[in-house]
Amino acid sequence: MKEISSAIQLIPLENYIVLSIALFSIGMMGVLFRRNTIAILMCLELMFNSVNLLLTAFSAYHSDPSGQVFVFFIMIVAAAEIAVGLSIVVMMKRNVDSVDINLLNRLKW
Amino acid sequence: MVALNSYITLSWLVPAFPLLGFLITGMAKNRLKNNQAGIIASILVSLSFLMSAFLFFALRSSGQESATVTLFNWIAAGDLKIPFAFLIDNLSVTMMLIVTGVGALIHIYSIGYMHGDDRVNSFFAQMNLFTFSMLLLVMGANYLILFIGWEGVGFCSYLLIGFWFKNPAFNYAARKAFVMNRIGDLGFILGIILLFFTFKSVGFTEVFSQATSMHSGTPLVTLITILLLVGAVGKSAQIPLYTWLPDAMAGPTPVSALIHAATMVTAGIYMIARSSILYNLAPLTMNIMIILGLATAIFAAVIGLRQNDIKKVLAYSTVSQLGYMFLALGLGAYSSAVFHLTTHAFFKALLFLGAGSIIHAMGGEQDIRKMGGLRKKMPVTYFTFLAATLAISGIPPFSGFFSKDLILSKAFENNPLLYILALGGALITCFYMFRLLYLVFFGSQRLSTVHPHESPRVMTFPLIILSILSVFGGFLNIPSLFGGDSRFGEFLNKSIISGITEELGSATEIGLIVSSLILLGLVILYAYRIYVKKADIPVADGVSTNIFSKAIENKFYVDEIYSAVIEKPFGSLSDFFFNKVENKVLDPAVDEVGILTSKLGNLVRKLQQGNMSFYLFAMVAGILLFIIFILIV
Repeated sequence: MKEISSAIQLIPLENYIVLSIALFSIGMMGVLFRRNTIAILMCLELMFNSVNLLLTAFSAYHSDPSGQVFVFFIMIVAAAEIAVGLSIVVMMKRNVDSVDINLLNRLKW
Repeated sequence: MVALNSYITLSWLVPAFPLLGFLITGMAKNRLKNNQAGIIASILVSLSFLMSAFLFFALRSSGQESATVTLFNWIAAGDLKIPFAFLIDNLSVTMMLIVTGVGALIHIYSIGYMHGDDRVNSFFAQMNLFTFSMLLLVMGANYLILFIGWEGVGFCSYLLIGFWFKNPAFNYAARKAFVMNRIGDLGFILGIILLFFTFKSVGFTEVFSQATSMHSGTPLVTLITILLLVGAVGKSAQIPLYTWLPDAMAGPTPVSALIHAATMVTAGIYMIARSSILYNLAPLTMNIMIILGLATAIFAAVIGLRQNDIKKVLAYSTVSQLGYMFLALGLGAYSSAVFHLTTHAFFKALLFLGAGSIIHAMGGEQDIRKMGGLRKKMPVTYFTFLAATLAISGIPPFSGFFSKDLILSKAFENNPLLYILALGGALITCFYMFRLLYLVFFGSQRLSTVHPHESPRVMTFPLIILSILSVFGGFLNIPSLFGGDSRFGEFLNKSIISGITEELGSATEIGLIVSSLILLGLVILYAYRIYVKKADIPVADGVSTNIFSKAIENKFYVDEIYSAVIEKPFGSLSDFFFNKVENKVLDPAVDEVGILTSKLGNLVRKLQQGNMSFYLFAMVAGILLFIIFILIV
């Protein structure tokens, strides 16, 4: 743990933070403005992983491995979630022959 | 010692047998045929009786005074620790023998009496459940288990009074019994709560050991005893809550014999005798009991004078005899009360079963004016009924003589006026019982449509056993006056702390007995002259002109007064609350809340457009706003 931390610490923390913010913002914009459902799901993953990246970075800088353990959990949950999301997309494709999110507007009251 | 304890742990079997009977007959009620349910129920109650007798001998030979059997811990919450335990001592064993012994005989009798009824299996299931509850009541080692039994017998009584539920009048009688008992039960449970509040326990041994160090007349104890007395007054049908018992005769006759004469109604007597230590500390309550008991004894006897329904006469006589027991309790002669309870259980069960035999023979007719001349047709019923009548009238050497004389002499010790009143009640009792006997068995038959015949042997057998007990039951407790040793009283006094000690001089006592016997003889002769010699049949209802006899015929209008004072105002109050408060205030208020919610929902539902992008945008915008808010504030 010590050696890895020192390797990571060669890069200043600010760089990690800026990268994370950049990835998160890209993901958020993608979620907001894309219409392709698959792309939206990919952007969601991007947001996820930016947060994961930040968590590992902080964990390394604090020399505390529990943050890294958490990241594994988050990745597992994300995998499960994306499985559900993709199956919805498959059903959507079968039913309306499209993956455009704006076609999915019957989910109301 | 060791031997006793190992036997006594088996005491749970006593209530377990009737419970098993209830489960069998109750669950298989659609499968059991003919007399099967009755036979199963009778056998199980008899086993229970044998077990009680076994416990009785085990207890007597051990020399121990009491034993507590803890089955399991029932409630444990903070200070409140209540084990599910049975207290086996002389008092509870006596009660167990009465309940299971008389109960077994009545179960056997019911096989004959209820033969052919289409709900006979339910009948035996309910009778067994009653026996189980009654045993819990007398065996429980704390007030809470007593209360379970107390409520259980009340419930079974309700079921069995309304057994023929297709008759609305019977249903009304059942409800009336239930409500009247409930008034008493409220007092009883308040008493238990106050007991726990005072003694931090509801177990008999814990409460009584603390109570012995208290002063006489402590207000808290007086209040507790009065509240418990309210419960006893409800259950044991004393003034002012007695009106349910005569109506309870709507049930089948064996039910009247078991529940409303021999066992359940004596629960109040048992409970007060059990709490004797508390009652000794409350002279005020004792005086209330004397007044209530004596008033009930005389009042009910007077009403009994002009009843024409055979079961109603016996019902008022039961109320009256319970009054005597309360009088004895009030005088502090607890063991005399329990002794009278015992002999009363024998002869009153016998009277009711005899009445059942008569009703059976008369094809359901209960009006004594239509009977008559049954002496030749039903010799077994006649002789057993005669024995019971002599016993209840207090003719020596029948059992009632010993028990009633004991109470009368205690009354004399306290105050000669009490004695005179109590003796007056006894004379009235004697008169209406012989009136009943003469009208039913003597003269000629007045209803020609039926052909009375002796009941089957399954019904006469319990009658014979009970008549033997009624005749010889008094010898259990021969007073020292007649060279006896009051064995029964001494036996009970090990579990009861008697409130009085002094004995009457034997000269006084002989004088009292002789004078009362002469009066009883005169009363019997008078009844004989009216009802046999002159064959004076009571007039039909509503014909008598004398105001006083009219009042008696209508039971002093007590039911009407209760109806006018409590039932009607309560009914109109309920109507008011239903029509004005419920329909005009509460219901609209609840409706308005619902309408308002759905209107608000209609406003907000416009936001849900189903557009996924918009949802996502709203979510992000919300989070951003939240972050900005946090950063600024």
